[in-house]
Amino acid sequence: MTDTAASDPLAPARDREVLRRRLRGYGLLSPALSVTIAMLALPMAALFLLSFWTQSGFELDRTPTLANYAELVRPSAEPTVWFGIPFHLAYPVPAILMVKSLVMSLMATLAVIALAYPMAYFLAFRVHRHKALWIILITVPFWTSYLLRVFAWKVVLGFNGAINSGLKTLGIIDEPLEFLLYNPGAVVITLAHSWVAFAILPIYVSLEKIDRSLLEAASDLGDSRWQRFRRVTLPLSAPGTVAAALLVFIPTVGDYVTPTLVGGPGGTMIGNLVQDLFLKQNNAPLGAAVAITMMGIIAVLVALFLWAIGYARIRSRRL
Amino acid sequence: MRGKFNILWVYAGFFIIFLYGPVLLMPVFALNDGTFATFPLKGFTLKNFAAMAANTSMILAFQNSLKIAVFVAVLSTALAIPAALALTRFRLPGGAAIQSFMMLPLVIPSIVIAVALLVIILKILGIGLSLFTVAAGHVIVCLPFCISVLMSRLEGFDPSLEEASRDLGCGAWTTFWRLTFPLALPGVISSLLMGFIISFDEFVIAFFLTGTETTLPVYLFSQLRFPNKLPGVLALGSLILVGSALLVIAAEVIRKRGVASSNPGDF
Repeated sequence: MTDTAASDPLAPARDREVLRRRLRGYGLLSPALSVTIAMLALPMAALFLLSFWTQSGFELDRTPTLANYAELVRPSAEPTVWFGIPFHLAYPVPAILMVKSLVMSLMATLAVIALAYPMAYFLAFRVHRHKALWIILITVPFWTSYLLRVFAWKVVLGFNGAINSGLKTLGIIDEPLEFLLYNPGAVVITLAHSWVAFAILPIYVSLEKIDRSLLEAASDLGDSRWQRFRRVTLPLSAPGTVAAALLVFIPTVGDYVTPTLVGGPGGTMIGNLVQDLFLKQNNAPLGAAVAITMMGIIAVLVALFLWAIGYARIRSRRL
Repeated sequence: MRGKFNILWVYAGFFIIFLYGPVLLMPVFALNDGTFATFPLKGFTLKNFAAMAANTSMILAFQNSLKIAVFVAVLSTALAIPAALALTRFRLPGGAAIQSFMMLPLVIPSIVIAVALLVIILKILGIGLSLFTVAAGHVIVCLPFCISVLMSRLEGFDPSLEEASRDLGCGAWTTFWRLTFPLALPGVISSLLMGFIISFDEFVIAFFLTGTETTLPVYLFSQLRFPNKLPGVLALGSLILVGSALLVIAAEVIRKRGVASSNPGDF
């Protein structure tokens, strides 16, 4: 088509038409795009800018400086040891919380994938009737209040909660189990529960797209059910699974509600520190630096992960 | 495959129990006649629900949430309709990049969006926090969902219908109102409901950007600290859960039904 365009007498008119259509298209996009720029890009830029300013008492010092970032990595001779890891930092709280948040979020993500994959597989290959009903059944909880779903776990795991009082009524325990709530484990369980419904859909879509004749071919060529799953189904559903993992991992690192409600003092995460610096310690610039550093670390980790598994190659593998 | 015992069906059963179990305990304990959320259940009561009618600060917070959610749903949908049209009907250079950019709020932790908006509102613009600042924050998190819902609806019907309308002499505006909009209507309603629910239930952004007036989730959060407020919290929580579940089901059913009847013979 492009080869003949030069000799086509109608080409200029068609080019004008294409240009007009494009202008109309951009025109239609512009309201939503301007709102996103004004209310997402500009605030993020302001947050970035703020991280180079400093707070002295109630005054904001607008001289650009790297002091906030330096504070996050200021070395100290006396290491703070956390779970056997020495942190040689004068202000180790952000670094420790960052590592802890990444580990907890990673555990929640792995739990989500382990729980969601069989369910997505079930939906794609076992459910033949009322499929839409099943999908609604699974997605509805995700849309209901996040705050309340997290709070529900406090009701379940609490000192006077459903598990403790239930076990006591049944005569299995005499004293409430205190280890259930207010620890990193409770945060991981709650995060996994809150996000699992969200992860099923991308995995389900990639399983549903698999050409069923490929599975038949694998069986005809002598693969056992397990071999067929490992060599055909799993690789072909990898794009959806990776997407699901990232959709859970990225937002949960900075989660605020879950560690606040069920984490207790031991289960705090980096989001709690950001909130604390902004609203309680009145040190917004340092809070901004923590938030920006968190986003940077997440971005680098995600990029490294995608590069390591060769995501571009996996996605282009369309059979 | 049917009739055969299958481990996946058993798994699916446990999964649904895991998904719904904790949440369903809330209405169970709300209807229980006791001050703690504990077993054994003491007896059936509606007093926790009756007590809500007298709680003026809660009713005020509910009204604020309602106002914000309606405003956000309408504004996000109004912004999302032209954007979804542009992304599905026009092959625009850079369209994919613009779409990814507008989907960013889905992967940015809401606390970062909240503090970023807080910074620009307080430190740069210097305006006070109010229900409007909460609504502004909500629009940015609802917009990607509204665009996705509308795009999936617009991709579901044949663009040649629009071309036919243009060929028959209808202008762009007439084609939109007489053809595209009626066909996209289930998506529009679904988008309005989604925007409403997301805004109504959103907590973190509202928590940071609210002024003296609170929204319902912020009010609820403030009550969670007091153990003696637990029965009231459970009653309110149950109503919110049931209400939003019904709205989501409505949104999904309307959207799905819309897709099923999208062939031209049906309208």
